[in-house]
Amino acid sequence: MSSFFTIQHLSKSFGGVKAVQNLSFTVNKGEIFSIIGPNGAGKSTVFNCINGLYKPTGGSISFQGEALIGKRPDQISRLGIARTFQNLELFAHMSTMDNILLGRHLHMKSSLFAIAARCHPRMGPSKEEIAHRGRVEEIIDFLDLQAARNTFVSALPYGQQKIVELGRALATEPQLLLLDEPAAGLNQEEREELVFWIKDIRDQFGITVILIEHNMQLVTQISDRLLALNFGQKLVEGSVEEVINHPEVIRAYLG
Amino acid sequence: MLSQLLIGGIVVGSVYALMGLAMSITYKASEIANFAQGEMAMISTYVTFVLLGAAGWPFWLAFIGALVFAFLLGVILEFVFIRRAKEPNALNFIIITIGFQLLLYGLAGWKWGSDQRRLDLPFSEQEILFDMGGVIVTELNLATLVLALLIMGALYLFLTYTKLGLAMKASQQNHMAARMNGIPANRILAISFGLSSVVGAIAGLLVAPITTLDPSMMWDPLLKGFAAAVLGGMKSLPGVVIGGFLLGIIENLFGFYVSLEFKSVVAFLIIVLILFFKPSGLFGKHYVRKV
Repeated sequence: MSSFFTIQHLSKSFGGVKAVQNLSFTVNKGEIFSIIGPNGAGKSTVFNCINGLYKPTGGSISFQGEALIGKRPDQISRLGIARTFQNLELFAHMSTMDNILLGRHLHMKSSLFAIAARCHPRMGPSKEEIAHRGRVEEIIDFLDLQAARNTFVSALPYGQQKIVELGRALATEPQLLLLDEPAAGLNQEEREELVFWIKDIRDQFGITVILIEHNMQLVTQISDRLLALNFGQKLVEGSVEEVINHPEVIRAYLG
Repeated sequence: MLSQLLIGGIVVGSVYALMGLAMSITYKASEIANFAQGEMAMISTYVTFVLLGAAGWPFWLAFIGALVFAFLLGVILEFVFIRRAKEPNALNFIIITIGFQLLLYGLAGWKWGSDQRRLDLPFSEQEILFDMGGVIVTELNLATLVLALLIMGALYLFLTYTKLGLAMKASQQNHMAARMNGIPANRILAISFGLSSVVGAIAGLLVAPITTLDPSMMWDPLLKGFAAAVLGGMKSLPGVVIGGFLLGIIENLFGFYVSLEFKSVVAFLIIVLILFFKPSGLFGKHYVRKV
């Protein structure tokens, strides 16, 4: 039986530094799965291997029966994997609307030479454009971004920029969403909203979520299962209680 | 006399503007100033010459053939040379493009020699279209201006309203995020180099009948185009076009009223002044990248 998402014996080294060593885990469809671990444990490296920014040194990654290693990032995003970044990767000189609209890019007509969803206002919008803009409006409503719609994202506060990035990832209509420290830099109120959104993303849209997060309160609140990493190796994988009470995890965090 | 100088300035300015646009397209896409741009245009112009002469193609077919060649040449530069660079910085890219420039220059010298040749376009330099009280517009003048304006218009529509244009804009602003959103950003960069080479080749085709066809024919237009781009703002395409026209006019007026010997130096004087007073160019917005 091939599962939804599986990583087997994944390794990645940079010169002599082994960032990830022989890491295996599975994520089930519809799960919120969190990866925890101290700084430098290799969490973001795992994400970079999943969406093709890094070429792993060894191992395999499969998503719905399809091998990901060797595919380009744009091909992987077309398979239905989206992500956000720890340090925001937005199109800084475009509006919120345009940033999220770019997430629709891979659903626009297949030919690169097709006239895009930006017809001249005088010609009237095309059917395709109306459909895409409709999806974008739904996401803007869902994430409460109405006030920021036409603002350049570089002018938005940090917390809002993170939400725009989340919106762009949602616009690609992924089946698997990778969130890299989504709560970092958010205030208490924004963090609480984020918890609801992540739950809604799973419950309403049926999107599976893999989360990297340092805020243990948030992690224990929303995760179905956890994976703890240290020095690029798996400490333990299992239910929230199992992992946070595991002696190795307590040692890695405290000692 | 003044209106005659203005017309001459606008015509030559349209060629500078095209060269500036060619530089600006790749610069916007990758922050690479492509010093091989001129030689790429020169080679493409030679290809037109061969297609017209030895192969005996009709003009418009040869014209399109040369543009296809120019596109491929740009893609080759990106795919074979630029993409292979590991963790490159601005200096590496300058060296790579200068290397490519010398390679093409050598090739042209070896294949066609350094003789000055004539490239015959179907527009004549002698044919006078208008003569309004001594102000003369030749067929070649008009064709140059019209063709340049057409290309600029087409480029604007392409970049603003097509999916590929949007993908280029996205890749320019954030290469990694573009890839993450299903845009094959490396392929987009190769297409940007191809497109820039096409625009440069058209500039080459318009320069050749005014001057001559020889391996170093594009040195001056390249530097002027670069100056025009700096004047208008490297990252603002409308700015580059205005910069090109302004430079053409200023140069022509300077050459007549001040000094013909120093006409070519004006461009560099402008670069120095612009870098001094408004480094991002007249129409460029200066973005500070947040860390």
